[in-house]
Formats: sequence, C-alpha cells, structure tokens
Amino acid sequence: MIELKRFSFSLEGKRILTDISLTINKGEFVLLLGPNGAGKTTLLKCLVRIYRDGDGEILLDDQSLESYTQRDIARRLSYVPQSDGRLTSFTVYDFVAMGRYPHLTSFFSLNTHDREVIDSALDRTNTRGFADRSLETLSGGERQRVLIAAALAQEPQILLLDEPTAFLDPKHQDEVLDLLVELNRDAGLTIISVSHDINMAATQGQRILALREGRAVFDGTPAELMTDEVLESIYDKSFSFVEDRHSNMRYVVPGRRQREP
Amino acid sequence: MRNKVILLILAALSVGIVLLAPLSGTMDIGLRELLSDSDDADMQKTVFWKIRVPRVLLAYLAGLGLSVCGMVFQAIFRNALATPFTLGVASGASLGTAIAMILGIPPLLGFSSTSIFAFVGALATILIVFGIARLRGSFSNTTLILTGVAISYFFSSLILLLQYLGDQHNVIKILRWIMGGLNVWGYGPCVNVFPFVAIGGLLIFFYTHHLNLLATGDDIATSRGIDVSRSRKILFLVTSLVVGGIVAECGPIGFVGLMCPHIARLLVGADHRYLVPATMLFGGFFLTACDTLSGSLPIGYQLPVGILTSIMGGPFFLWLLLKRKREYAEFG
Repeated sequence: MIELKRFSFSLEGKRILTDISLTINKGEFVLLLGPNGAGKTTLLKCLVRIYRDGDGEILLDDQSLESYTQRDIARRLSYVPQSDGRLTSFTVYDFVAMGRYPHLTSFFSLNTHDREVIDSALDRTNTRGFADRSLETLSGGERQRVLIAAALAQEPQILLLDEPTAFLDPKHQDEVLDLLVELNRDAGLTIISVSHDINMAATQGQRILALREGRAVFDGTPAELMTDEVLESIYDKSFSFVEDRHSNMRYVVPGRRQREP
Repeated sequence: MRNKVILLILAALSVGIVLLAPLSGTMDIGLRELLSDSDDADMQKTVFWKIRVPRVLLAYLAGLGLSVCGMVFQAIFRNALATPFTLGVASGASLGTAIAMILGIPPLLGFSSTSIFAFVGALATILIVFGIARLRGSFSNTTLILTGVAISYFFSSLILLLQYLGDQHNVIKILRWIMGGLNVWGYGPCVNVFPFVAIGGLLIFFYTHHLNLLATGDDIATSRGIDVSRSRKILFLVTSLVVGGIVAECGPIGFVGLMCPHIARLLVGADHRYLVPATMLFGGFFLTACDTLSGSLPIGYQLPVGILTSIMGGPFFLWLLLKRKREYAEFG
C-alpha cells in the first residue's frame, strides 16, 4: 500500500509536485493521466526514491519510505522507465536476471528459485524466444516487454510503469496492456501506470488519477473522467466524444472540435 | 561455459607471456645462463632478475589496472570512449606526481609521496569531470571528451609551468618519467604499484553486480535496489587509487584502458561477472606483450611502450567513434 501525505517535491529549485495526498491500495490498477510536464514521471520516480528529499510524507506499507534501504524498496516495488534506447549490449536473459539483484543471497550465482522466477518472467512477457539476443538488436515492442520482464523478475508487489505503450504500434500496445491487466487480475499485482491515452484509460483503468501542474486534479472512475468538464480541467482543451451504443461507452475523438455553424 | 573457456585461455596466455617475456631482449639470455654457476653469467643473471623480471611484472600490473579502470569508467559514464586518459584523469594523476617530485616530498606512511599525490590528482579530476557532465545533464561523448581534453591541456600546461620553475635535477626526473615507460631497476616500483592495483582490483570484483546495473542507467540501477551515488563514490575512489598508483611509477601510458576493455567485451560480452576478470587478464597480457614487442624491434634499443600503445590506440579510438556514429548523433 502506498500513501502520500501532503507530498511536495522540487527539482533544482523548481516546484514539480504540490501538496499531493492520496492512497493506493493493494491490488489496484491505477492509470496516471495528465498533460506533458504535469509531474507524472516525477511522481513515479519519487515513489521508487530515484528522487528524494520531498516535503510531506510517502508511506510504503505504513512505514515512511525514507526508513527503507534501497534494496528493501526494490523488493516491494519495481519500476519500468521510459526506455531511452541505450541499454548496452547485455543479453535479454542477463538483463532480466539483474532484476534478481535485491533478492540475491549468494554473491556469484543465481539459485534455483532465482532461475524459476526469471523463466516465469520471460514466459509471462513472451520474451523467452529471444532471451539470448542482445538488447541492442530489439525492436521497440520487444524492448518494452523485456523491461517489464526485468521488473517482474524483481517479484514486486507494486509495479510502476512510465508510458509502457508509448511508441508502440496498436498490436503491441494491446499486447502490453493485456499483460498488465493479466498481472493485476491473476497475480494480484498493484499497478500504477502513466498514460497519455484517454480512451485506453477509459476502457482499461479501474481508477484514474490525473495531475496538472503538479497537483492532483482528478481521482475517480473512467465514467467520471469522460465528461467535457473533467477532461478540460485536466488538459485545458475541449474534446469531442462519440458514444458506442453497444458497450454504452464514451470515447474521445482526435482533432479539434468543429466550430458551431 | 564458453566464457569460462575464454577466461582460462586468457589466464594461460598471461602465465605464458610473464614466463617468456623476460627471455626476450637485446641481450641473449637463455636458461643455460640463468642456471649456470659460473661468474661469466653474472651479467646476464643481473639483467634478467633486476631489469627484465621486474619490468614484466610492472607491465602486467599496469596493463591490468589501467584496463580495468577504463572498464569501470565505461560502465559508470555509460560511454564507450570513457577511459582514464580521455577523461583527463591520468593528467590529473600526472600533475599530482609532478608536484610531489618538484617539492621533493618524502614518503608518507610507507607510501611514496608521488603515488599519494597522483591519487589525489586523479580523484580531483574525476570529480571535476563528473561534476561538469552532471551540470550539462549528459554523459554524451561531446561533453565527456571535450571536458577531458580541456582538463588534459590545462594540467599539461601546469606541469610545464612546474618544470619551468623547478630546479634542474627534478625537472630531468619529471621529463624522464613523463615519457612513460617501464624502465626499472629492481623491485621498488613493483612494490609501490602492487598494493594500489591489488586493493583496487579486489574491490572492483566486489562491485560486479553494481557495475552491471550502473551500465543500465541510474534510474534502473536505483529501482533494482542500488544506492547509485554511494557505489559511484566508492568506484571513483577505487579507480583513482589504481590510476594514481600506476601513473606515479610508469608515467602516462595511453589507450590501454580504451582498447583492452573493448576487446574483452568482444570476447566475453557485457556481463561484468566475466568482463572484469577478462579485462584484467587481457589488459595485463596486452601491455606485457606490447612492451616485449617494443623491446624486440630490429632497431637495437627498447622503444617506450607508450609509443606503441598510442600508435595502435589512436586509430582504435577513431574506429570506435565512427562505429558509434548513430549513438553519437542521437545523444551527442
């Protein structure tokens, strides 16, 4: 469980997150929305303690995040960053195996349990087929799945993802999304994922959080999100909707709204 | 399995070169002279035991240490071109050594003062380069190499200034030393270098997992449970020790720290559990082989090994730069 109490954070003198209070319970699937520069990535990085020294408090399982060692945090929480494409020439297997680091008991070798966890992470993400290839040779979709596999090898209770579907084509977007839904439903993993895709949030998320200029401006269900007022309050822009009669869902349509005649 | 075989081969090559290299040189010394009791062979024996053996040992230690430091820099800075030389760290160590020589500082706590000053110079330079790269917000080739070049120039001119101001005896000492080389008499230099390389090398072994994770980037390393800034501080200290210890005795020997880690990487891959020992073994072998080669050229005298390594290293550096063109364009 993660709890933020009046949490604020500044980077190089610039206030990025302001006075955020929220609770995320075990087993939730939370999508984090918001315009560019709203502080979504920063929030994730604060939760993994890549950034430290914010004001207010972050509690992880009822204890202050600051009281944990980095290794203890890593045993509970893993993070899938936005890939910068620079992942050196490790093989997929070696890279995923590095996810075992916070659990390693022996200095030199992986034990049977470690290998089982790695294999299951590779199977889950459908990456075992190219486990011997170098990271440099992977396509965007393959790389994203390998990043998730490495995070799963960490055996976390909470998985944080930063735009896991960015730069993926629709098929690979679906693959990654299905995987996340499955992990949440079957493995009981708590998932917090940054997204830019409003329709995806409307169809997949159970709970939507939205940030704007560092403040939490929305916390609710997809149905509550899909109104003109709410979306405009988040993105400072009006949207057009279409209704799908079969599923009784609303979707936003790309492009600017037509002017009224 | 494959990697273990390669490590065994590298170890065998290392043992081979250390045993055979002392037998080569301008003076013919064979096993017969070494084992004979007659006084006629005294000269040969002295040359063998007092010049050649310590020289080979020193070459092996220096090659091992400089190579593994290059590898550490490449992991920490996530940059293929980062080495003790391209980053100016060796120049910092040289400046430290030159200051200790000019001032004629006596040994401290059993360590030669040149080694200690070289260590301080190396560490200060790493912190400067890292600080500047941080400020620029990138460890791109451009930032790192330009910073390294600027610092090297700056420190070289400070060394020139010291020579200008210093007294003649010390100036000649500096000149000799700065040409880089392994001309030694007796085991003093080996004894000076050994603790730096041994302690540093051992500590680097303990940090193999950290090196692997640091090479994937700070964010991933942190999220896997590494205290990145602490590991980096320790590795900076360790590499400064090794570079300082070596440069104080051997002078700046260029490009070993660039070529050896890359060749080792081609052999065993990027995993530091294999890369660390492979780089050490290959680095030691490589510099010893280069030194032996520069002693057996048909010119009648020993060429300083730094000349040979630089002749090979320059083109190698350019090749790496061109090979990494794509990355250079994206992140430069």
